Amino acid sequence: MLDYLPLILAGTLAAATPLIFAGLGELVAERSGVINLGVEGMMLIGAIAGFAAAAETGHGVAIGLPAGALAGAAAAAVFGFFALSLAANQAACGLALTIFGIGLSAFIGQHYVSYSLPGLQPIAIPLLSDIPLLGPALFKQDWVVYLSLVAFALVAWTLAKTRLGLLLKAVGEAPDAAHAIGYPVIAIRYGAVIFGGAMAGIAGAYLSTVYTPLWVQNMSAGRGWIAVALVVFATWKPTRLMLGAYLFGFVTILQFHAQGLGIEVPVQLLAALPYLATIVVLVLISRDRKLLQLNLPASLGKPFLP
Amino acid sequence: MSPPEPRLKLLHISKRYPSVVANDDVSLSVMPGEIHAILGENGAGKSTLMKIIYGAVKADSGEMLWDGRQVTIANPAQARKLGIGMVFQHFSLFETLSVVENIALVLDEPFDLAGLAIRVKEVSERYGLPLDPHRRVHSLSVGERQRVEIVRCLLQDPKLLILDEPTSVLTPQAVQKLFETLRRLASEGVSILYISHKLHEIKSLCDSATIMRGGKVTGDAIPRDETPATLARMMIGRELPVCEAPPYHGPVHPVLQVERLSLASDDPFGTSLHNVSLTVNAGEIVGIAGISGNGQAELLAALSGETTVDREAVWLAGEAIGHLDAGRRRDRGLVFVPEERLGRGAVPALPLDRNALLTGHRQGMKRWGLVAFAKAQAFAEQCIARFDVRCSGPGAAARSLSGGNLQKFIVGREIMLAPKLMIVAQPTWGVDVGASAFLRQTLLDLSRTGVAILVISEELEELFEISDRIAVLAAGRLSAPQPREQADAESVGLQMAGLFNEGNAAETGHAPA
Repeated sequence: MLDYLPLILAGTLAAATPLIFAGLGELVAERSGVINLGVEGMMLIGAIAGFAAAAETGHGVAIGLPAGALAGAAAAAVFGFFALSLAANQAACGLALTIFGIGLSAFIGQHYVSYSLPGLQPIAIPLLSDIPLLGPALFKQDWVVYLSLVAFALVAWTLAKTRLGLLLKAVGEAPDAAHAIGYPVIAIRYGAVIFGGAMAGIAGAYLSTVYTPLWVQNMSAGRGWIAVALVVFATWKPTRLMLGAYLFGFVTILQFHAQGLGIEVPVQLLAALPYLATIVVLVLISRDRKLLQLNLPASLGKPFLP
Repeated sequence: MSPPEPRLKLLHISKRYPSVVANDDVSLSVMPGEIHAILGENGAGKSTLMKIIYGAVKADSGEMLWDGRQVTIANPAQARKLGIGMVFQHFSLFETLSVVENIALVLDEPFDLAGLAIRVKEVSERYGLPLDPHRRVHSLSVGERQRVEIVRCLLQDPKLLILDEPTSVLTPQAVQKLFETLRRLASEGVSILYISHKLHEIKSLCDSATIMRGGKVTGDAIPRDETPATLARMMIGRELPVCEAPPYHGPVHPVLQVERLSLASDDPFGTSLHNVSLTVNAGEIVGIAGISGNGQAELLAALSGETTVDREAVWLAGEAIGHLDAGRRRDRGLVFVPEERLGRGAVPALPLDRNALLTGHRQGMKRWGLVAFAKAQAFAEQCIARFDVRCSGPGAAARSLSGGNLQKFIVGREIMLAPKLMIVAQPTWGVDVGASAFLRQTLLDLSRTGVAILVISEELEELFEISDRIAVLAAGRLSAPQPREQADAESVGLQMAGLFNEGNAAETGHAPA
């Protein structure tokens, strides 16, 4: 078992990376009071945009990730137009975006079904990667994994320590009060939603250009939904979100190895395990109703009309 | 030397909304260091005028002069830059943020919470408004929240401070403290616009007053030289109506008994009830004073049956009803008029006759389980006529009625159910003076027919006008009710601040000696 550990840990980090990007983006959007159920759709749009850009230009991930981010942001802007400017129901707009994203990515993806991309080579961090057992697992990853850690640090720091973070919380908490003291609520929410879209796009592009560098229809496979659930169960806190993402990644890799070892459990059941385990654990740790209510952005899901 | 310029001068301000003219040709001026009252009833256009000054609403026409120069204020940020600060009636605070975070959000300066916390402490102590900068706002009392708003304005070095109905949520002692702070600010040259409908406050605090009615200025006055009656005439156009409390001669027996009711609130922003005991007899009105958020919502839920409690904790006419839900309690003669008229007392979009059905269906408005609409309509018509509800008829949607008229309808609907016990929350909140007097008289008359009435209100004057006995609910604990003749605003105010139990003197900022 100990032999497997570095492998499993290494896989965990990579498997958690899309969830971290998508989850952090959704967390920021929800902190501003907007629930965007279109994460799954934005991930798929980002995935196909990133894949297409990487395949057409031949520059790989370096062009794939920004392309995915742009596409995700554009999709989020469309969502924002309906849900924010026109104050339509956020849940309905988000669901529509997801359905649209599934369809659009499948349509564009027809041309890329047999393509595959080179992917990325891991970068070993000197010294740290020489630590026995854990070193190669944690410090020999591709650069997008490191980028996800940077993104986490930036988002956590912004939310906790800066005026912008405070403003996001304020807008999500009481948009009327924020408006009364003179803040542009709708513009701030647009910013948060578009940031969320860009992050979901990066998550999708990571899946299609790095994690499994070939195009498969519907390849996000529900990770967008897990990201949405993670945000709620993490009680809108970035650190808890990371824990949830790594748990999901860990169980994902674990069940792969279990399949490889030929354990007598149907493959479908094993494949469902990460989703199940993540939800169960998160529900358990977020059982405290007071904690949930204290952190819940009070205006979440409610349209704001100035 | 030329005469000093007014700090703020408004000339011919008008603002129209689709259905009403909120401000019609309003002019006024405020000098540096002057405390200027804007006096008027709900709906007189005071708040709209203040929002225009603060840049939150744009006037249709008119001019504004600031220190003699013409200005147009496009948004609150610009108003703040000029030196205009506003303390809102419904606070513009963020509950889950700390005091210092709330303040940082309105300041135009580099983000430094630690440095700001020190300044908050300094300013709050200098003006006698003690505050802990690191507490989260949801854990503060309403009086403390108001301090946050005021300190927030003071940190911006305002030249003009606008206060919108600032005392509606304060204990009498807290009001005195606020007045001291305001006088001190005025002596330092800050102009103050003080919006209120409370005549005695304006008389004791303000240097001058502009009186508004129906969006127009109906007079300017020096409040010290006027009497409340003359001010009231300018404000409502006639004499202030007075209620009469005739004596009760019927049998006295307990109708509502609450026995050692404790209830843990499951809302993190709520207040738990501790050992509440209370008796309301037939033929009397018991008033419960106190500032909202001290367990009022929880007590009302436990009494109305929205939250069920221990069977033996609530008794109605000798029957234990604590375990019964709201419908079963109503079956037994308990009626409840909630604080929120729209959404809880009545369905906003439904016409009045359908709203009558909500609680009136017990009065034979069903036949074989089907609704007898003709009866509901007759019931609504009768209610409208008997309680002087001004509306287009039983088909009028509840939300089309003014606050006062809808309240008359809801109270009337419950009275027509011939209750044994009526529980009323904030009976005249947001209701104009005329309708308030009518409602108070209606409650008095009802009690004298042998009905027991429990009134929970933030308006002390109202409770002193109609209650036979007054108790205070503070921090989830209820004081022993005192006969009205023995109670006075001073002692009730102290109890509201929570001084009848140990500790918890937060409201006044002074520990008892």
